[in-house]
Amino acid sequence: MLTRREFLKRAGAVTAGATIASVSGINIKPVQAQVSKIKLQVKEGRQVPSVCPYCSVGCGMIITESEGKIINIEGNPDSPLNLGSLCPKGAAAFQLVENDNRPKEVLYRAPHSTSWETKPLDWAMDRIAEKVKEDRDNSFIEKQDGKLVNVNPALASLGGSTLENEWNYIHAKLMRGLGVVNVENHARI
Amino acid sequence: MGSNFAENHPVAFRFVLRARDNGARILHVDPRFTRTSAMSSDYVPMRSGTDIAFIGALINYVIQNDKFFKEYVVNYTNAPFIVKEEYQDTEDLEGIFSGFDPDKKAYDNASWAYEREDPVEPEGEPANLSERLAREKLAGRPKRDETLQHPRSVFQLMKKHYSRYTPEMVEEICGTSKEEFLMVAETVTANSNPERTTTFCYAMGWTQHTYGVQTIRSGAILQGLLGNMGRPGGGILALRGHANVQGATDLSTLWNSLPGYLDMPAKGAAHDTLEDFLRDKMRPTSFWQNYPKYLVSILKAWYGDAATPANDFAYEALPKTLGNHSHYKMFEEAYNGIIKGMMVIGQNPAVGGQNASFHRKALGKLDWLVVKDPFLIETATFWYEAPEVKNGSVKAEDIGTEVFYLPSTVFAETEGSFTNTSRLLQTKEKAADPPGDCRSDLWFTYELGKRLKELYKDSNAKRDWGFNHLTWDYEPDVNPRFKIQEPSEHKIVKEINGYDVATGAPVAGFGDLQDDGSTACGCWIYSGVLPEESLNRAANREGDDYQYLNWGFAWPANRRNLYNRASARPDGKPWSERKKYIWWDAGKEEWTGYDVPDFAATKAPDTPAVPGGVGLAAQSGKDPFLMNPDGVIQLFAPAGLADGPLPTHYEPPDTPVSKNILYPEQTFSPTAVIFEHLPNNKVHGANNSKYPFVITTYRVTEHHLSGAMTRWLPWLAELMPELFLEISPELASELGVHSKDFVTVETGRGKIEARALVTKRMRPLKVEGKMVHTVGMPIHWGYSGVATGSVPNDLSAIVADPNVYIHSSKAFTCNVKKGRLPGGVV
Ligand code: SF4
Repeated sequence: MLTRREFLKRAGAVTAGATIASVSGINIKPVQAQVSKIKLQVKEGRQVPSVCPYCSVGCGMIITESEGKIINIEGNPDSPLNLGSLCPKGAAAFQLVENDNRPKEVLYRAPHSTSWETKPLDWAMDRIAEKVKEDRDNSFIEKQDGKLVNVNPALASLGGSTLENEWNYIHAKLMRGLGVVNVENHARI
Repeated sequence: MGSNFAENHPVAFRFVLRARDNGARILHVDPRFTRTSAMSSDYVPMRSGTDIAFIGALINYVIQNDKFFKEYVVNYTNAPFIVKEEYQDTEDLEGIFSGFDPDKKAYDNASWAYEREDPVEPEGEPANLSERLAREKLAGRPKRDETLQHPRSVFQLMKKHYSRYTPEMVEEICGTSKEEFLMVAETVTANSNPERTTTFCYAMGWTQHTYGVQTIRSGAILQGLLGNMGRPGGGILALRGHANVQGATDLSTLWNSLPGYLDMPAKGAAHDTLEDFLRDKMRPTSFWQNYPKYLVSILKAWYGDAATPANDFAYEALPKTLGNHSHYKMFEEAYNGIIKGMMVIGQNPAVGGQNASFHRKALGKLDWLVVKDPFLIETATFWYEAPEVKNGSVKAEDIGTEVFYLPSTVFAETEGSFTNTSRLLQTKEKAADPPGDCRSDLWFTYELGKRLKELYKDSNAKRDWGFNHLTWDYEPDVNPRFKIQEPSEHKIVKEINGYDVATGAPVAGFGDLQDDGSTACGCWIYSGVLPEESLNRAANREGDDYQYLNWGFAWPANRRNLYNRASARPDGKPWSERKKYIWWDAGKEEWTGYDVPDFAATKAPDTPAVPGGVGLAAQSGKDPFLMNPDGVIQLFAPAGLADGPLPTHYEPPDTPVSKNILYPEQTFSPTAVIFEHLPNNKVHGANNSKYPFVITTYRVTEHHLSGAMTRWLPWLAELMPELFLEISPELASELGVHSKDFVTVETGRGKIEARALVTKRMRPLKVEGKMVHTVGMPIHWGYSGVATGSVPNDLSAIVADPNVYIHSSKAFTCNVKKGRLPGGVV
């Protein structure tokens, strides 16, 4: 049997073990006392290392997954950044995953329409790509004031700052590749 | 100062509390008494927006009382440097610096430059492009006076600049009593010396002002004078807001920069060719002399084999910025119909943007809009749920925007890394597939790129050449566990890290990058994160109690404390045993210590600067601040800032006082950017009787930013269900308001309602001989989701700092009345 520390170092290792939901904020003692009374009937699960998606402290998390479903999220006690605790947002992250308010289909609103329609994902992706191309081709500025500029002024991208580094990198690359100068994210504001 | 650490970075604050329990003094200087104040050793109130007056007075106190760290200041800052005779200070020109053009509301900084010695001709032939361009730009070394007595030395100029920033002035401007100010000054200075260090933790309370950059600079100047930079327990620590706001800045989805803090080429500058651009950006006497290596390596990463020396490595394919394209300008262009389509991926400007109702107007002018988010946020629902639609002043049928809402994965359903506020990259793994058609942002961008590649593949048009040659292969490394496959994280991280073009092997770090096209690298500061094919250091998970060098990867080069050479004396020995961190090991002839040294590993402390040398050769073995020209802290900034070389107190665009008592001729920052031409965006100016109260906006622990990731979660919505306005008991009794009563809050931009929360945490301050009331409101609410309410950001104006275009939401003015909006908020 691997210790938790060992298995988390090995990315993606599979192990079995009961997990107990723990919710811990700053005022850790009373909450833990509560939690220890809760007996969860948790099935065997695979534990996956993660990082809290809210603030920039970057608290370590352990996600437990079973049969393709996430069944628990708790603080990672090995992380030197949080030593296992999470604030109310991090502790509620499970509800980001399991949440009836999450739409699961693409919604489309035609110009001037007063309602949404559901649409296939593939249709939406194709249509967005066509829109990007159409606007780019119609508005592209190769030269301005006698200077070569290669700008697509018709498209803007506004990103979030809870998105992964990998996305930021390829998205910046795609936007510049298309000549887009209107690229911003939360860091500005 | 400028942060509510306990509320907004709660888990990190536990370490502050641990320090307090070990004897550290924690001071909280803030307009509001918050959870941070409650946990601190002392709380000191101040008026919102007056931080520069407060810190300027600390700088003055340090200089006047001879409390600065002399050896550090003389060796590690530009205090001894001599500035040109043409320079004139705000003391000479009643609140502005020399070089101001009132028509353009802008400075020409030529007169802020140093006086220099004659340049020395470099010897031998340049080894590469970077060296050749650096030599072309090399100027003589700045003249210095190490006694700090020369009247035009930076030290003396600073002394004069801040001479009227006295404790009495603090009392008048900030409303902080002289005694409280002096307590802070004495505590900070007593705790800053070879044995001890002081740190300043800041967040949006410092940044979100029309002089935000200068506020932070004032902190940096003070810390430079006190010798608190590059030392353990020192620094000015930015507590950033989002999980990956640091990475989003680094990599960079911002209009003005390319990954790794390289700039975008601009139409308005001499950037016609690659060499022109590099010549402009090159800083010949700092580590930035390597600029060409990093830019050419990006171009190789992006354009692959199509990037050759003959075509300037495809430099022309990069768009050139046409002017300023920052957030507010972008929405102005959307409003004016220049921008036709917008992709909003993980942001919620319909309620999160300043003067949010203007943002909604702009969204309604777009031809099409993509909103990609896990929940149906207000930016997706503005056309049927916004207050102006609900109250009938705008009809949904009249909004022509075609809207695509694409449901997103959440963090647990995709892999990738976040860079936290300490520049620490940490990977997370995918735990499960997302439901239904929810897809990751990475998937979306990769798929969109693939579809566009397909649409453009037959084009031979010159303007499509760049896009057709953009490298775009991140096909998934299939993981049989999942049904939905993600673009290859490994391929992307390897490209970010950099690789040798000939062999395809990852480079070990940015030291390997070249300017001849032999290396490709997407983001030089992240180089070293994947030094071997099978080692992603962001996935390192071995913690320890101190700098945990094997937990994650901190850019650059896994350094945890930047400029840590300054933790040693000029001769390389630690300043003290207690604050020992990085030092010169004379036996092994290398730098060593508890962190990765931020210095050339074997450059001895007594290494002289090479006359005529470029890059680090122009700096000596005792110059720690190697990214800066000349290797020292720039207390005075001869270049790089749009609003002056030294931070100066100005009032916010909405202010309760009648004038700036330090510079009566110059109440507001002369370079503040005011978007007065936008509809419904008037600023209130000075002492506007219609809007007598200061309002400051902020966050609470239970919600995040516009609420996009929290107001849809029943647990969090229940913890913090409703919008409120914090009001002092004094103001509440003037208004006849009790806790839980509805109040309306009005500005020249909008009118909203909230519940009153009457609390002693808000306290009136005496300023300009009158009582100034401040009210406070969290920003998280909007009209969609589980917890709904008025939009606090409808109240603020779009105004900006001239350097980075950040707005001013911490200090503006409003009126408050008892009662609800007509019909209430539904
Ligand atoms: S758990 Fe709380 S403190 Fe930790 S990263 Fe998440 S939001 Fe920040």
